[in-house]
Amino acid sequence: MINDLITALGAEFVQLSLTPIVIGILAAIACALPGNFLLLRRQALIGDAISHVVLPGIVAAFLVTGTITAVPMMLGAGAAAIVAVVMIEIVKRLGRVEPGAAMGLVFTTLFAAGVLFLEITDTSSVHIDVQHALLGNLESLIWFDAEGWGSLIDPAALATLPPQLPRLAIVLVVIALFIFLFWKELKISTFDAAFAEAVGIRTRTLGFALVVATAIAAVAAFDAVGSIIVIAMFVCPPASARLMTNQLGQQVGWSVIFATISAILGYVFAGYGPGWFGSPYAVSAAGMIATISGLILMLTCLFGPQRKRIGQQAET
Amino acid sequence: MSFLDYFISALFLQAGYNSALVAVGAGLLGLSAGSAGAFIFLRKRALVSDAISHATLPGVGLAFMIMVAFGSDGRWLPGLIIGSAVSSAIGLVMVEWITRKTRLTEDAAIGAVLSVFFGFGIVLLTIIQTMSSGRQAGLENFLLGSTAGMLISEAMTIAIAGALAAGFVFLLRRPMTLVAFDPDYAATTGVNVRNIDLAMMGLALIVTVIGLKIVGLILIVALLIIPPVAARFWTNQVGPMIGIAAGVGGLSGYIGAVLSAAEASLPTGPIIVLVAFGFFLISALFSPLRGGLASWLRHQRFQRRVHRRQGLLSLARREPIYDGLTIRILRRAGMIRADGVATTRGRIAAEKAARDEARWAMARRILPDDSAIERYDGLTPIERMMTPDQIAEIDHMIQTAQGAKA
Repeated sequence: MINDLITALGAEFVQLSLTPIVIGILAAIACALPGNFLLLRRQALIGDAISHVVLPGIVAAFLVTGTITAVPMMLGAGAAAIVAVVMIEIVKRLGRVEPGAAMGLVFTTLFAAGVLFLEITDTSSVHIDVQHALLGNLESLIWFDAEGWGSLIDPAALATLPPQLPRLAIVLVVIALFIFLFWKELKISTFDAAFAEAVGIRTRTLGFALVVATAIAAVAAFDAVGSIIVIAMFVCPPASARLMTNQLGQQVGWSVIFATISAILGYVFAGYGPGWFGSPYAVSAAGMIATISGLILMLTCLFGPQRKRIGQQAET
Repeated sequence: MSFLDYFISALFLQAGYNSALVAVGAGLLGLSAGSAGAFIFLRKRALVSDAISHATLPGVGLAFMIMVAFGSDGRWLPGLIIGSAVSSAIGLVMVEWITRKTRLTEDAAIGAVLSVFFGFGIVLLTIIQTMSSGRQAGLENFLLGSTAGMLISEAMTIAIAGALAAGFVFLLRRPMTLVAFDPDYAATTGVNVRNIDLAMMGLALIVTVIGLKIVGLILIVALLIIPPVAARFWTNQVGPMIGIAAGVGGLSGYIGAVLSAAEASLPTGPIIVLVAFGFFLISALFSPLRGGLASWLRHQRFQRRVHRRQGLLSLARREPIYDGLTIRILRRAGMIRADGVATTRGRIAAEKAARDEARWAMARRILPDDSAIERYDGLTPIERMMTPDQIAEIDHMIQTAQGAKA
């Protein structure tokens, strides 16, 4: 048994599974952090909308630059996210419709445009397709040059890490810094926007900054893991965390824990789970991570200590 | 045959029996989606249908696996539709359950259900891919829709189900309208709000599962949302709005299907959605009621009336006018000469404006609670809002006031 474990965590593990797991964890946490505030502001579906418009942004960036490199793609996707937010605002004002309908209108239209662009233009030479956009390619982010745990301190091997890993790490640091530095402002404006306004916090700017942080997280994570995880991680870990505690700080902590568990268990079940049933094939890691986060939410819905609304009768 | 020729012939159902059937099926689907969506839109729950549509995927996968396990080839459309209906119904119940039993809000429940069900569905799809390679081909088409190689029996299924859904909307239109606008009142009149809500979402569910094949599950929600948003620009009444939404949805489905039939490599769903968005754009710009162009024109007209009025009052008070727009408006109306001096017409109009202003001022003093005062916009002549004897009384009061001053 112990030998099995050692083999399981040996050189092959470092080469094939370590980087995808770490990338999955980074992506999950980067999305869960802003997700906490979106959830409390009842904007949980902004994450949904943004992750849909990342596709047209990437396609547009490809059409403009003609290459598929990370920086223009991320800029394109970020621009698309901002365009979407502005469009939602316009539709809401002009049509005087509820935010949900405005959102649904904008993101489906942009997504449809993205798919159509993808089909019309010749993108067969490059690796972007709808499937990839939805699922990501977590399984393929392996670390070729790793020879074992020792590679972690070998600069030459470290230089060959999948570029998504350092990129996501930087994004995670940026988002964590944003939330850390503006903690008080975010907290006040989330719970009592009118009071925040009165004490001089620029709630609109802050709200927009939060959306931008969301977009950055979505875009960086999208590149590595696809949009399913992105949407699931924006909503599920913060929602589970919300049912655990009444303290915002603890909620953020719980959401990080849940996101990490989802990423690790999801990847392990997807990669090794079918083997336990005698199947030689792996299943989608992105889908499995989303599924695990849903199971965690299910458990917290049933047993979370703070699952009730204040004043709601305890039911059995 | 060029694309355009083909498009035109397909538009009039001349491009072959199969594509005609697909176009009619997509049209009926759009019709029922638009009318069902109108109620969901009025109830302000548009995105619940997004959760429903994403929640279909595990059902499609499981239905396929079960059918294969029983020895069929697994692609039988009614079977897949039943599977997707069951799993999206579970998704819908989950959204309701999470919102009711926990402190989470509906949007969080929607986001959680749609992402988790979709993720699980993708897991099932990857299992299916390894299960019987080659035979499963086509399940991915449920993501974005495809009409290429559609069977006649499938098109018939969609057309009949679409017609049934539209019939349901017609039967339930009264209670659904009531619940959409005032659920509390509906409850007091004995309508079971929860059941009607479920029926509304059930309609969305029906539309979603029959739309899977043509539009795909990612974008079907657009067909439920965009037509009512577009229709809302044209009318303030429920009946016409549902009619317009149904029309927009039907046309979007029909035109979109025809377009994609003309260019077989294009996925059908995105084209239908973009056609619907085109209808939205037209409505947002050109509707006479709330469209952008109409409100711009209204604003312009109002601005001109204000400038004209202020210009005339300045003339009456013998003040010089400096504002360029005011001068242009008065010049064009022949009220002033090029040097800014009032013409005879201008003097008469100015005097009338000044008298009107004085009458309104007095009316405000002696009839502060009159409904005409409350509706006064600062521009309407008093004759249009008050009776001649009211005005005579106001004039009398003005004379008395002037007499007292003298």
